[in-house]
Amino acid sequence: MRYLPLTPSDREQMLAKVGVASIEDLFLDVPEIARLDGPIHDLPFAQGELAVERHMQRLSNASVAAGSVPFFCGAGAYRHAVPASVDHLIQRSEFLTTYTPYQPEMAQGTVQTLFEFQSQVAGLLACDVANASMYDGSTACAEAVVMAARVTKRTKVVFSGGLHPHYRRAARTLAKHSGLEIAGLPMAINDEAAVLAAVDQNTACVVVQCPNVFGTLTDFTELAKAVQAKGALLIAVFTEAVAFGLVTPPGEMGADIVAGEGQSIGNSLNFGGPYVGLFATKDKYVRQMPGRLAGETVDADGTRGFVLTLSTREQHIRRDKATSNICTNSGLCALAFTIHMTLLGDKGLKHLAQLNHEAACETADAVSSIAGVDLLSESFFNEFAVRLPGDAAKAVEAMAAQGVLGGVPYSRLRQEPGFENVLLIAATETTTAEDIASLADTLKKVI
Amino acid sequence: MAMNTIGRPTAAVANDAAAPTTFSGARGLLQPTSLIFETGSIDRTGVDLPPVKGVKSRLGGVARTTSTGNPGLSEPEAVRHYVRLSQRNYAIDLGMFPLGSCTMKHNARLNEKMARLPGFADVHPLQPVSTVQGALSVMDQLSHWLITLTGMKAVALSPKAGAHGELCGMLAIRAALDAQGQAHRRRVLVPESAHGTNPATAVQCGFIVDEIKAAPDGRVDLSDLKTKLGDDVAGIMLTNPNTCGLFERDIREIADLIHAAGGYFYCDGANFNAIAGRVRPGDLGVDAMHINLHKTFSTPHGGGGPGSGPTVLSDALGPFAPVPYVVTRTDGTLDLVEHEVDSDGEPFGRMVAFHGQMGMYTRALTYMLSHGADGIKQASEDAVLNANYVQACLKEHMSPAFDGVCMHEALFDDSWLEGTGVTTLDFAKAMIDEGYHPMTMYFPLVVHGAMLIEPTESESKASLDAFVASMAGLAKAAKSGDTARFTGAPYHAPVKRLDETRAARKPVLKWSPPVEANKIAAE
Repeated sequence: MRYLPLTPSDREQMLAKVGVASIEDLFLDVPEIARLDGPIHDLPFAQGELAVERHMQRLSNASVAAGSVPFFCGAGAYRHAVPASVDHLIQRSEFLTTYTPYQPEMAQGTVQTLFEFQSQVAGLLACDVANASMYDGSTACAEAVVMAARVTKRTKVVFSGGLHPHYRRAARTLAKHSGLEIAGLPMAINDEAAVLAAVDQNTACVVVQCPNVFGTLTDFTELAKAVQAKGALLIAVFTEAVAFGLVTPPGEMGADIVAGEGQSIGNSLNFGGPYVGLFATKDKYVRQMPGRLAGETVDADGTRGFVLTLSTREQHIRRDKATSNICTNSGLCALAFTIHMTLLGDKGLKHLAQLNHEAACETADAVSSIAGVDLLSESFFNEFAVRLPGDAAKAVEAMAAQGVLGGVPYSRLRQEPGFENVLLIAATETTTAEDIASLADTLKKVI
Repeated sequence: MAMNTIGRPTAAVANDAAAPTTFSGARGLLQPTSLIFETGSIDRTGVDLPPVKGVKSRLGGVARTTSTGNPGLSEPEAVRHYVRLSQRNYAIDLGMFPLGSCTMKHNARLNEKMARLPGFADVHPLQPVSTVQGALSVMDQLSHWLITLTGMKAVALSPKAGAHGELCGMLAIRAALDAQGQAHRRRVLVPESAHGTNPATAVQCGFIVDEIKAAPDGRVDLSDLKTKLGDDVAGIMLTNPNTCGLFERDIREIADLIHAAGGYFYCDGANFNAIAGRVRPGDLGVDAMHINLHKTFSTPHGGGGPGSGPTVLSDALGPFAPVPYVVTRTDGTLDLVEHEVDSDGEPFGRMVAFHGQMGMYTRALTYMLSHGADGIKQASEDAVLNANYVQACLKEHMSPAFDGVCMHEALFDDSWLEGTGVTTLDFAKAMIDEGYHPMTMYFPLVVHGAMLIEPTESESKASLDAFVASMAGLAKAAKSGDTARFTGAPYHAPVKRLDETRAARKPVLKWSPPVEANKIAAE
C-alpha cells in the first residue's frame, strides 16, 4: 500500500515495544460481537494509481463539463475564468496540507491571508468587519438570521420573495430549531421592499437579496432605515460577489449583516461545493458574529503578527453558550478568493464586472427578441429571468439534448404555481458571441 | 585561506559570532513579507481582460460609485507574495503534525488531480441531471462505501463539515422524536470529555445539554449516565473512540440503556479513523454518526477547511434525512431528490444550497479506491499501532493520563511538569523550535494540562523514533531546569511568541490606512 510506510518487521518491533503479541491486542476494548474477522465484504481491495485514475476518468467523462458547451447556468453558482496562478498557489503544500492556525507562530501564512481576506471582503461589501469565511452563502445566511435574533432578542424572521429558495430553506432549517418564527413572503421578481409590511415588534430581521434570485437589483437604503426604526436588522444576501464591482454594495445601503456566496471569485463550479461564504457586519455587532476571525497583534519582540482572535465566542471555549457550533471555515476556498481578488484589484474587479454585465445585456437582448419570450427583470447584473411560453424545465432538457446548457428553470429551486415557465439565465466574461447565438437559436427551436 | 585560481575562497570558515540583523529584513531563505495593502496599488491589476464595449447599463440606478479599496498586484508580485507567506506555514508535507483529534495524515496528490477533472470541477450543480450522471455516480459510490464501512442504512452527504454533520444527525433525531409525539424529549446527554462542538450543536437544535461525568479510567461513568436517564431524554452524543483516545468498552450497554430510555444514540465520528475497516458503528447500536472526510478519508485540511461531514443514519432515522439525495431510477440512471414534497420520507429540511462538498467527495472516493477495504483496515491498525508506540516510548519521560493501551492517539497530562516552571503551552512552543507542530493542548478538558498526540498511519517508524527522541530531549531539559528553552519559545519560528491577549483586547480585524490607524491608536 503506497501510502503506508510501516513494514511487517517495523510492526513486529513496535508491537514488542508496546508489549503486546498482536495488533488484535490493541482492539480488545471493542465488544466481541462487533469485531470483524477480516476486511469488510462488498468493497474492492486496494488499487494502484493507474486503475483508480481510469475509474475516476470514466466517471468524469459521464458528465457534460460546463466549459465544453454554450453555458448559461447561474442561480447561485457562476462560471468565471480563474487565473492559473490561483490554483497553483492554493496547491502549495504549506497552504494545502496545514491545519487551522491554532499555533500562529508556525501558521503566519494562513493567518495573514485570512486577515487580508477579511480586509478585502469588508472593502468589497463596504462593511466595518468581515469574518474569515463560512461554509457557503446559504449557511452564512442561516447564521446571519440566528445572529440577528441574538442581537435583537426577538424571534421573528421575514424572508423576501426574491431570496434564493435554497437559502430560504437552509436558513429555515437552522432558525426553526432555534425557536424562531418564520414569515416567508410569496416569491416576487421585483418586490424586496414588501418585507417592511411584515415587520412587527417581535421581528428580529428581514432578509433581502440584491441581486435577487431573479437578477433584480434593489436599493435598500430607505428600507434599511425603516426596518431599523422598528428595531429590526436588515440582512442583505447575495449569490454573485462579482456584482459589487459594479453594483452598490450592501454596506453602503445600511445593511446590518451581509451574508453571501464568494464562489465566483477564485473558485470553480465543483457541482455545488466546496464554496466560500462571506459574512460581514457593523463593528458594534462583532462579538455576536459567528465564525473565525483573524486579528493583528505583535510578538514578544514587538514585530507585527496575526492570530485567531475573539475565540471566546466559539464552541471550543464556550461550548453550549457559543455563538455557533461552527468549527471550520472554508480556508482553502477563502485563499483562492483572496488570491484572485489580489490579482484583480479594484480596477480589475470593476472591469470584470462590466464585462459580465455587458454579456448579460447582450444575452437578454438576444433571448427577449424571440417571440413568446418575456424578459421579467427590469434591472439586473449578470443574470436575469425570462418567462417562456411553456414549461421551462422541459425547454432546458430539450436544449441540453442539443448541446446547450441554457439556464436554470426556476422550478428546479422551488416548485411554485405560476413560476413553471420561468427560466433564469446567467452570462459571464466566459460567454462568447457564438454562445449567445447558439442559445437564441436553440431556445427558438425548443419552445 | 583556500582559494581557487580567480581568488574565490572555497573553504568554510568557522564563525561563532551572533547572527547580525540584516538590512533587508530577510533571514536568508526566509524573505520579509508585507500586506498587499502596503505593496499593491489601486490602479494595478494582474489579470488581462478584453476591452469593455460600452453597452448601456441596466443596473436600474444601483451603480457603485465608490472604490472597494482593494489594491491589485501584477502576477509576479502576487505569486511572490503568496509563496513568501506560504513559507511561514508548517504543513504535513514538511513534517509530522501530531495534532490530536485532527488526524493530519498524508494528502495524496492523486486525489487532488482527480478532483480537478472537468466532469467534477467544471459542472454546475443545477445542470439537468441527464448531463451530470458521472458526478451523481461519485455521490452514489461514496454513499455505498460510507454505508458499508459503517454498517448503517442511509447517508446524508450534504453537511459541509463535521460540526454541520452533527447538526444533521441531531436534527434527524429531533425530527424523529417530533414525529413520534415525543417532542417533550429535549435533554441531551454529553460527556464532559466531548468536543466543544457537541454541546454547541445540541443547543443549536433546541436541546438542553446535561453533562455526564468521566470515570477514573477516562470513559463514560455508567452509574452517572444511569442517574441521568429519564423520559425527557432525547439522546446521547458520544465520541468513540473518545477524546482521551480510548474505546468506550461499555458502548453496547450505553446504546441499550439510551434506547431503553426512549432516546437515540448520536456518535461523533471524528475518531472513526481508528476503527474504519475493523469495526462498524452500526454493530455498536449507533443511530447517527458524522464522518469527517477531511480526517478519516484524507481530504486536505487547507488551513481550516473546507471540510465535509456526511452523516450515516440507522433504519429509524433514515427517513428523516435532509434533501437532497441521490436515487436510482428503474432504468438504472441516477436522479436527485431536491424537494421535500418529492421525497418518500419526512426530510427535516435542507441544510445547504446545492448538494454539499462535491470536491471532497471525489477526493475521498479516490482515497477509498486507492486503499480498498484491506488498505483502510491496515491504515486504522497502523494509526493505532503508531500511537501506542509513541505512548510506550514516552511513558518513561512524560505521564500518560490513563493506564493501558490507547487507540489512535496518546494522551498525557502535565503532572510530570510539576515544579519545573514549564507549562503545557511552553512545552508546545518549544516543539515548534524542534520542527514539529505541537500536539493538541489543554484538550480534552477532563485532563489537566492535556497533551494529545495523534501520529496517524502516515508516519514511518524512523519518523516516530526521531519525534520520540526530540520529545524525550525536551522532557529531560524541562526537568533539568532549562526553563528558558520553553518560556521564551519559539526562538526559531518566523515570529516570536504572539500576544493573543492584546489581539482580543483591542481587535484589529482588517487593514486600515496608516493615517486612520494612527488616529485609532491615539484614541
